[in-house]
Amino acid sequence: MSDFEAVIGLECHVQLDTQSKLFTGAATTFFAEPNEHIDPHTLGLPGSLPVPNRRAVELALRMGLACGCTIRSHSQFARKHYFYPDLPKGYQISQYDAPLCEGGSVEFWHDGAPRSVHLLRIHLEEDAGKNVHVAGGMVSLLDYNRAGVPLIEVVSQPDLRSAAEAAEYLRAIRRLVRYLGISDGNMEEGSLRCDANVSIRPRGSERLGTKVEIKNINSFRYVEKAIEYEIARQTDVVVRGGSVRAETRGWDAERGQSRSQRSKEEAHDYRYFPDPDLPPLHVDAAWRDAVHARLPELPMARLRRYSDGLGLPAQDALLLISERELSDYFDAALLTCGIRPAMSTLPPEQRVLAKLAANWLLSELLGALHRDGKDLGQSPISAAALGELVSLISDGTISGKQGKDVFARLYAGEKSSPAALVDALGMRQISDPAIIEEACRRVLMAPANQKQVEQYQKNPKLLGFFVGKVLAETGGRAKPDAVSALLQRLLAERGSQSP
Amino acid sequence: MSTVDPKVTSGLGWARLSELVSAVQSRQTSAVEVTQAYLDRIAADDARLGCFLRVAHHADDGPAVSALAQAASVDAAIAAGQGDSLPLAGVPVGLKDVLCTRGLATTAGSQILAGWVPPYDATVVSRLRSAGAIVVGKLNMDEFAMGSSNENSAFFPCRNPWDVTRVPGGSSGGAAAAVAADLVPLAMGSDTGGSIRQPAALCGVVGLKPTYGRVSRYGVVAFASSLDQIGPLARSVEDVARALQVIGGHDPHDATSVSSPQPDYLSACADRPGPAGSSLRGLRIGLPREYFVAGNPDAAGASGLDPQVAAAVQQALDELRRHGAELVDVSLPHTEYAIAAYYFIATAEASSNLARYDGVRYGLRKSVSKGEAQAAGRSALFDMYCRTRAAYFGPEVKRRILLGTYVLRSGYYDAYYRRASQVRTLIRRDFDQAFSRCDLICTPTSPVLAFRSGERSDPLAMYLADIYTISCNLAGLPGLSLPCGFATPLDGNMPLPIGLQLLGPTLSEALLLRVGAAYQRMTDWHTRRCPLAMGKAAQ
Repeated sequence: MSDFEAVIGLECHVQLDTQSKLFTGAATTFFAEPNEHIDPHTLGLPGSLPVPNRRAVELALRMGLACGCTIRSHSQFARKHYFYPDLPKGYQISQYDAPLCEGGSVEFWHDGAPRSVHLLRIHLEEDAGKNVHVAGGMVSLLDYNRAGVPLIEVVSQPDLRSAAEAAEYLRAIRRLVRYLGISDGNMEEGSLRCDANVSIRPRGSERLGTKVEIKNINSFRYVEKAIEYEIARQTDVVVRGGSVRAETRGWDAERGQSRSQRSKEEAHDYRYFPDPDLPPLHVDAAWRDAVHARLPELPMARLRRYSDGLGLPAQDALLLISERELSDYFDAALLTCGIRPAMSTLPPEQRVLAKLAANWLLSELLGALHRDGKDLGQSPISAAALGELVSLISDGTISGKQGKDVFARLYAGEKSSPAALVDALGMRQISDPAIIEEACRRVLMAPANQKQVEQYQKNPKLLGFFVGKVLAETGGRAKPDAVSALLQRLLAERGSQSP
Repeated sequence: MSTVDPKVTSGLGWARLSELVSAVQSRQTSAVEVTQAYLDRIAADDARLGCFLRVAHHADDGPAVSALAQAASVDAAIAAGQGDSLPLAGVPVGLKDVLCTRGLATTAGSQILAGWVPPYDATVVSRLRSAGAIVVGKLNMDEFAMGSSNENSAFFPCRNPWDVTRVPGGSSGGAAAAVAADLVPLAMGSDTGGSIRQPAALCGVVGLKPTYGRVSRYGVVAFASSLDQIGPLARSVEDVARALQVIGGHDPHDATSVSSPQPDYLSACADRPGPAGSSLRGLRIGLPREYFVAGNPDAAGASGLDPQVAAAVQQALDELRRHGAELVDVSLPHTEYAIAAYYFIATAEASSNLARYDGVRYGLRKSVSKGEAQAAGRSALFDMYCRTRAAYFGPEVKRRILLGTYVLRSGYYDAYYRRASQVRTLIRRDFDQAFSRCDLICTPTSPVLAFRSGERSDPLAMYLADIYTISCNLAGLPGLSLPCGFATPLDGNMPLPIGLQLLGPTLSEALLLRVGAAYQRMTDWHTRRCPLAMGKAAQ
């Protein structure tokens, strides 16, 4: 283990899923011709003015409340100045010393233990446009479709200690924004972006080392790689007797390394000041409380419900909550099985049922979907159908083996309900003890089986032989465990009667 | 005091906008005839004055920009019976070149925007058009509204029609001069630190700076966003009231717009019943003692309030008192910090607002080859920014951008911008306290008469001349300037107009207009015409 400890904080930019931009009515659609979604404010034309988008503020509030942040009743938009062609006004409207949300934390599970990363703040800001560099050309083109699209910036405290933990935190942010329905959190399309602040210090030290900012990390894979690279780079500098330089570095995914972009001395002076075009953003208690009341159940609450309430193994529970769609699907399937989310602790038989439902969802359905390159939204089997199938197996109507057959038919697109399918296929299991006993006695009495009956006393493994015969006798519909138990009893009775 | 013949009405025969509007509405004349008459006036006289940067008289520019085409559509609306819904039917209006006009170039008096044609109308412009007004052209101004003399126009200076060797004031110099010379009966200006009121005073017309937020800033090329207000300039208080009624009111496109509804400004101007001469009974007019220090030497060593200006204002106060107003002594103790605070806030905001003029998307661009840029030690992009802004911003604009950039520097924000904002709060409180003792405040508009072009080259001295108008913007209050006399300066032989300023509490426009209109019923200063306008009238 290295003598150094990494100290990491992340700044995540999340594009909010609104119809129009943060300060103007232009649309935000991702797929569009360049400069299709522009208007005077988007282009920073002289005389244009910003008017805040209430919906964007509400989505930011959702995130803040979900993270337990303190919500400012009067937050302030500020101008952040720098010159770049993709920034139409020469400044970005952001928030500076009076952000909408402060404090709070993001909870997640890492390395088999719960983790909580404190947040510094969450603020609203507008996105910039895009420079398009034409290969080999003498010109750069500009696309302002993205300019003015609402973002929240989620700034963590330097609470993270490893690249893997940072990546897990980023996944938690993505999960959270998707649960909240405020963003698709898609890193490839840029709706989730992340900069990392990394420093190292001797293990055991409380002092913070010189921090380096890594920019341009645009996939989950690279978060971990870029931070690992930076920790190794800084460790190497210090081990060689040097000292880390405060700077901003850009991650180059192709080369798998970062390069210095600018030193602290070259850092921009952003000349922040309150935007005089925008009065303080007022969020009264009634609005805040209404947004709070409409928050959905959050991933960590679901995780607790699955592991503590349903008694699912942590691995299953973590997998189930990884996507809200999956978790919602699971809850809907459980509902068909008669298990409501409000039930806090379940009796043992319902726990078994829940585990069975989790297995069918995680192994069978996800397995099949994965094999076919589909996602859950494209599943041919509805949550209600899967729940019904699981119930039929659980109550012994059909066997697990038959369940797979029914599943396969449902997955192939049969429109019947699982119960109707079971009836149509004549699969309904025989659980009447009298009928089973009669079949068992017939098998044991059959002259062709007498040799095996005699051998059974010395070789109890022959039980399987008799079970097979009884199942064949009942067209496969007798409940195998009932058959097995009865045969054992009848054979034992015979043994004791024999001389 | 004056040799000018009073009671001369407009050369075109209308003393007031109301007469013009009803003549057009009742089809005694047409909007086209009125517009053509004013276009002719502009063509004949403006070469001497330089009020207009652009005249909307090109028929081939399309209906949005051709004044005659606009007028024809107003006439058509009247023929269709919609005349009553057009309170400015057929009124030719000149717009300070800060107001964006769809299809008609808008430059803010700067080279950097030379030839820029906005794709949209400012809210004020669309409201004027909907009210039947005819946009006849764009008026000269100090570049980005930075100046008090119109000498900072990047194109050509504008002259004072009372004496063309003198400045019309600024920055809405073109607006004030055009109204004074009767090139238009109505103009729109912008006021950030006195830019409507000071030129109105120096040109002898009425100018109103409304309460901050009363008139939309949407489509107004910004100088200092927390101070800028659009307002009307015209020859009478009543005309100004008529225009404010049209342009004011809430605008959802401006987040700083005031949402409360507008009162009826025209009825506020109407003569009140009661004994003649008593219409101001009960009105308390505050006189800030800090403003009435005649001959007080300012920081630059020049004299402060011109005694002739002081005398005219005193005469106006006597008149108001004779009509029942009570004069009370008030104090605005933080006045001495107003100019400093103003120049921190205004320049900081300007440095930010003008960052968008980078040569990338619109306006002029100056660039050289990549090799040349590298030879200068700069990337091609950075070099383009530097050359563009160096070439196309004028010296006063650069001075203020530099000052504002300095004010907002990291680590200095608290010492400068925050401190200035605190002073601003104190100034606002000064006014609150003063208005607990009086209904409105009366001051000179400008401490001096119109000065000669080129006479004042020291920017600091120029800044100090804004002393009476700046506090009003810092406090966001409404201010009205109206003519209150004439005086012949020591260095000249032409009588020059003097302006009286009325300041009121937030959203007290109706009160200012009522008192202003009452004053104009008692006096005839506003009916006097400059020699140039009279010359036209005689033709």
